[in-house]
Parts: sequence; C-alpha cells; structure tokens
Amino acid sequence: MALANPKQSATEARLTALTLPSGGWSEPARQDALLRLQAMGLPQRRDEYWKFTRPDTLLDSQAPTAAVFVNDDGRMFEAYDQINIVFVDGVFDADASDELVLEGVHVERLADIADKDIHWAKDLYGTLESKGQTPVERPFAALNTAFASDGVVIHVTGKPSKPVCLTYIHNSEVSDAILHNVVRVDEGAELTLLENGPAAARFNNVTEIDIADGGTLHFIRAHGRDHERRAVTHMFARLGEKSTFKAFTLTVNGVLTRNECVIELAGNDAFAHVAGACVGDGDFHHDDTVFITHDALNCESRQVFKKVLRNGATGVFQGKILVKAGAQKTDGYQISQALLLDGDSQFLAKPELEIYADDVICSHGSTTGAIDEEALYYLRSRGVPKSAATDLLTLAFLIEAVEEIDDKVIADTIVSRLESWLARR
Amino acid sequence: MLNINNLHVELEEEDKKILKGVDLTIKAGTVHAIMGPNGSGKSTLSYVLSGKDGYDVTEGAATLDGLDLLDMEPEERAAAGLFLAFQYPVEIPGVGNMTFLRTAVNAQRKARGEDEMSAADFLKLVRARAKELKIDADMLKRPVNVGFSGGEKKRNEILQMAMLEPKMCILDETDSGLDVDAMKLVAQGVNALRAEGRSFLVITHYQRLLDHIKPDVVHIMADGKIIKSGGPDLALEVENNGYEDILAEVA
Ligand SMILES: Nc1ncnc2c1ncn2[C@@H]1O[C@H](COP(=O)(O)OP(=O)(O)O)[C@@H](O)[C@H]1O
Ligand SMILES: [Mg+2]
Repeated sequence: MALANPKQSATEARLTALTLPSGGWSEPARQDALLRLQAMGLPQRRDEYWKFTRPDTLLDSQAPTAAVFVNDDGRMFEAYDQINIVFVDGVFDADASDELVLEGVHVERLADIADKDIHWAKDLYGTLESKGQTPVERPFAALNTAFASDGVVIHVTGKPSKPVCLTYIHNSEVSDAILHNVVRVDEGAELTLLENGPAAARFNNVTEIDIADGGTLHFIRAHGRDHERRAVTHMFARLGEKSTFKAFTLTVNGVLTRNECVIELAGNDAFAHVAGACVGDGDFHHDDTVFITHDALNCESRQVFKKVLRNGATGVFQGKILVKAGAQKTDGYQISQALLLDGDSQFLAKPELEIYADDVICSHGSTTGAIDEEALYYLRSRGVPKSAATDLLTLAFLIEAVEEIDDKVIADTIVSRLESWLARR
Repeated sequence: MLNINNLHVELEEEDKKILKGVDLTIKAGTVHAIMGPNGSGKSTLSYVLSGKDGYDVTEGAATLDGLDLLDMEPEERAAAGLFLAFQYPVEIPGVGNMTFLRTAVNAQRKARGEDEMSAADFLKLVRARAKELKIDADMLKRPVNVGFSGGEKKRNEILQMAMLEPKMCILDETDSGLDVDAMKLVAQGVNALRAEGRSFLVITHYQRLLDHIKPDVVHIMADGKIIKSGGPDLALEVENNGYEDILAEVA
C-alpha cells in the first residue's frame, strides 16, 4: 500500500471528529464543500499561503484547551440599542438573546431553518465561499461550509433602526465551534452588523455577504480579550453596483488568529474598505490575509491594517489586490503597518498587486517600526511622562485603522478598549 | 534661575566634542540672547538642557533654581518649568493638537501636585491664547504640526509655551523661516509672557528678532563656547560686521 499523503491523512484525522449534517436545503452545499475539502486537503506548514502561520493547532481533531478568560471590561457594544444574538461556545443561548424581530431585516438561525427544503439562503450558502477558493484555496472555509452547526442568516430589506449584534461567548476550555453566517443586503438597504467575543477555545467562522446594487453593510468585529483561544475566520463579500462594504476588526490578544477576507467588486462604482487594528502581547500570533478582486469599473478598495506587538508577539499580513482586465478606473489602496514595542516581536508582511487593466491607481505600502524617538522626546519635553507619551503614540498609530469606522460612538468604544489594553501593560 | 557651569558635551555615538565649557547664568526675569555661526553648538545646548538622548555630559553642571537638571528626565525638567521651543518642531500624526496640549498641561500639573485643569477652563484658555497668536480652530484640531507651514509650527510652539507657562523659556531659532508679520506675532507672544519670575534664552541668527524681543544680555557662541557677552549693542555689532571681527578679536 502506498504511503498516505500527509495532507490527506491530516484532513481525514480532522474529519473523524465531525459529522456532516444531512437533510434540508443546505445538504447539497455541505456535500459539495466536503468533496472540495477532501480534494484540496487541509493546509500544511509547507503551503505557501500558510508560510507565516502554523496551521497545526487548527488541524487537531480536538481543540487544544484554552482557559476561559474572565473579562472585566464588560461586553463590547453593550451600550447600544441593538438586536443581540448570543452563542456560548457556538451554541445558541435563547435566554441571553433578544427576540429576532426588527423592521427592515429578517434574522434567522441556521439551525432553525436547517430542515426546510427551500430557503433563500440556499443561493448564497457556500456559493461565495466556493467562488473564493480560486485562485487561492481556503480549506478551513470549505470545512466550515460542510460542518457548520449554526450561525445566522440575515436578509436586509430596508434600513433597520439599530444594529444586529452577534455575541460569541467562550465558556468551555475545550469548545470547538463552527458557525456560518449568511448576509444578504437588498438593493438600497443598509445594516450595521456587530460581532464580539472570543467564541470558543477554537473557533471557525465564515460569513458570506452579498450586497445588491446600492446596498451598504458596516461590519464591525471585536474579537475580545481572551489569551488562549484560537480562531480562523473568513469573510466572503460580493459587491453590486454602487454598493458599500466597510469592515473593521479589532483583535485584543488570543494565541492564534487567522482572519481571511475575500472581496469581489462585481458591480461598477462599488466601495470596499477593510481595516483592522490588533494589539498583542507575548504568545500572540495574528494573521490578516486579504484578497480583493476588482472586476468592474470605477471601484475603490482600501485596506488599512495596523498591529501593535510586544513581548514576542507575531503579526502577519498577506494582502492582495487583483485588478482584472477591464476593471478600469480602479482605485486600490493598501497599507499594513506594525509597531513593535520591543525587539522580540515581529511582523511578516506580503503585500501584492496583480493588475491587468491599464487605467488604474493602485498603491500599497508596508512598514515595521518602533516608537518614533523624536516624537517621544518632543512629548516628554512638554511634560508628558514616558509611559503616557508611548501610549499616546501607540494609539496615534492605530487610529488610522479605527478611523475607517463611520460610527463615531463605535469608534470611541474601540479606542477606549485599546486604551485599557495599553494601561494593562 | 538657570546656571550653566563649565558644560562639556560629546555625542554618544561618535567621538565628537560639541560643547567645550559653556558658562551661563540667567537671572529671574531677564532675557538673554545667544547668537553665533551655524554649527557652534546652540541647538545642542538647548537639547542637553531639555534632556534629549544621544549626548554625553563629560564635565560641568546645569541647574534650574538649584535643581540638577542633568539628573532629571525630560518630563521632570518640563514640570520644573523648563521649556524649549524647537528649531524644528516635530510632527506627530494621529495625535490631535488639542489633545496634546491638554495632556501636557495636565501632566505638568499632576507632576507638581496640582489639580488638573477642567475641560471648560482649558478650552477657554486655549482659545484665548490661540487667538492672540492667530491660530485658528482648524490648527488646534489637526494632528500636532502635521501639514503646518513653517510659520504655523513656530506659532504652535509659542502657543504651547503660553499654555504651559514655564519659568525658563528657551527659544531655538524661533524666527527662522518666518516673514516679518509672523515674526512680530511670535515676538508679541513672547513679550506677553515676559514677567518677573520668567526668564528667556533666545537663540537666533539675526538681530531682527531682537528688535522685537529686547534682550538684557547678548552672548556670542562659537565652537562650543561662549566667547563674548555684552549688552544689546553686541547684537548690532554682529548685524553690521558679522562674526569675523569678534572671532578674530577673541582668537
Ligand atoms: N546628533 C548629532 N549627530 C552628529 N552631529 C551633530 C549632532 N548634533 C549636533 N551635531 C554637530 O554638532 C555641531 C553643533 O550643532 P548645533 O548644536 O546644531 O549647532 P547650531 O545650533 O549652533 O547651528 C555641528 O557640527 C553639528 O553638525
Ligand atoms: Mg541650531
């Protein structure tokens, strides 16, 4: 018998712990995803796309234990009027959740609708994920589509008066959650979707987003304080004409995070802005992997990623802008920057542009640096103590990413979380 | 107020002596000017006094009202009442000018054991002081010195000085890069702050500024030393004859 290929055996080992849900409208998509997953295999260390991030702990059939962190900051976004939907270790918590009723949006749970034979989500579930597998494979997303136990499907038909919030609570040291969300924004509709919390010891999350012409989605995620949790998340977004997608992700600690973002600008005059601010300390590995495809005229995309790293933390950024032939008047911007607060931390970046149209403006930049000594001295010479001056400069560094959030109150909340992280030094 | 005694300074990185025995005594309430050719060590003196890294003091001392300046952190020197208006003010993207001012004012108050200034009092004061220096609301909102013109940066330095109310103010070429009107504005700002308990050390290349900020004593610095001191006339002498005569006279 020939030796099993390590990729296949790793994939099979992972699959032993999982059962493919059957029946209902999603069955074909799940079966298709499983076949795709088996064909591509789970990532190995040697894979080019995983060069900077070790997938090992994401491959284990059991989630590595992660102590539950008691967060004394309170729930993020708690202060807003919102529809809050709570999952504890990936399991829906009805008592803690609000009733899913809000004018302008239909929110349902994947598990609730699983048995239906027909549902609008069928058109989207696994569709954007599957499309996002080319030209680069994203096996954990396929795994998610196949095995997701729950999640929400959101149909935005109008302009709801308040945000929908997904709260992911981590309460078990061994939880291994797989949640899949689908968001469809109708023509001219608009929603703010919030997401917060560490979710589980190990979390695999996919959100597929389809924004019709003139629609808008603000997606703000905060993967709160929790030192030992691991997460691999994907967002797949398709943007119609004159639509807007603005995503922001805050990450405060966590031993391993891989956030992939795959966006297709499919209609003319669309805007996609993705931003992230992450702060990490010690045993912290944070990877933002972004792939933006311009496939229409006069679209704008913006990527702004900032990482503050200390005590040996590692930051990764892989960002690509692909401008297809014919996507003229594209305006693409990408910046990824790391601020290293000591010599032990590191930032690994791979910015890429691939352009097949001639009338485009695309720029990218990536920097790694320490606190600006001149600025530090200037602040201190005005009487600001060294530690406060360092904090001020650190926040100043992150602010460009936070400013990508339109809602001032949400942005201020994010800033205050960053301030308390700094204060805990 | 400020006592500098036989100050010798070298660069930390390379073996280069910059200050070679500076002596200077500034009494409370007086204005001193230092003039001198480029590279004579004027900025270095101001940096060493305010606590910038990169310099080794190999000999001598500097005290502010008896406190050993050289033994203090830059922020402690500031809280003790020392202020340096930079020759090249630093740009700080992401930090709003107003936030910066308020943080500095309150940090100094805290260091001195005083209460923080209330947000309302602070706003009132900053608006009044900014207006005198023709600094508009937009400049207060923008990140510190980012996108400011040369003149705006210098006016912003004087605004900080006016807000912090230091007792020993060092102005390093605050006039360079300013047109006549801007220079008058800056000079007015400085003159408004003149007070019995407050002293100034004005570093400049030109007599011009000293027409507006009248010094009590003028020093000439060359090659890391003060080579001549005198009254305001000394500045006029430099203006008319350059440094050559003085350098030759001392040599
Ligand atoms: N950090 C530094 N590195 C190298 N040379 C320096 C540094 N600081 C000052 N110098 C040198 O020291 C001398 C004095 O400089 P400076 O104090 O700026 O003079 P001034 O302000 O009188 O023009 C100059 O020769 C200058 O090149
Ligand atoms: Mg100078």
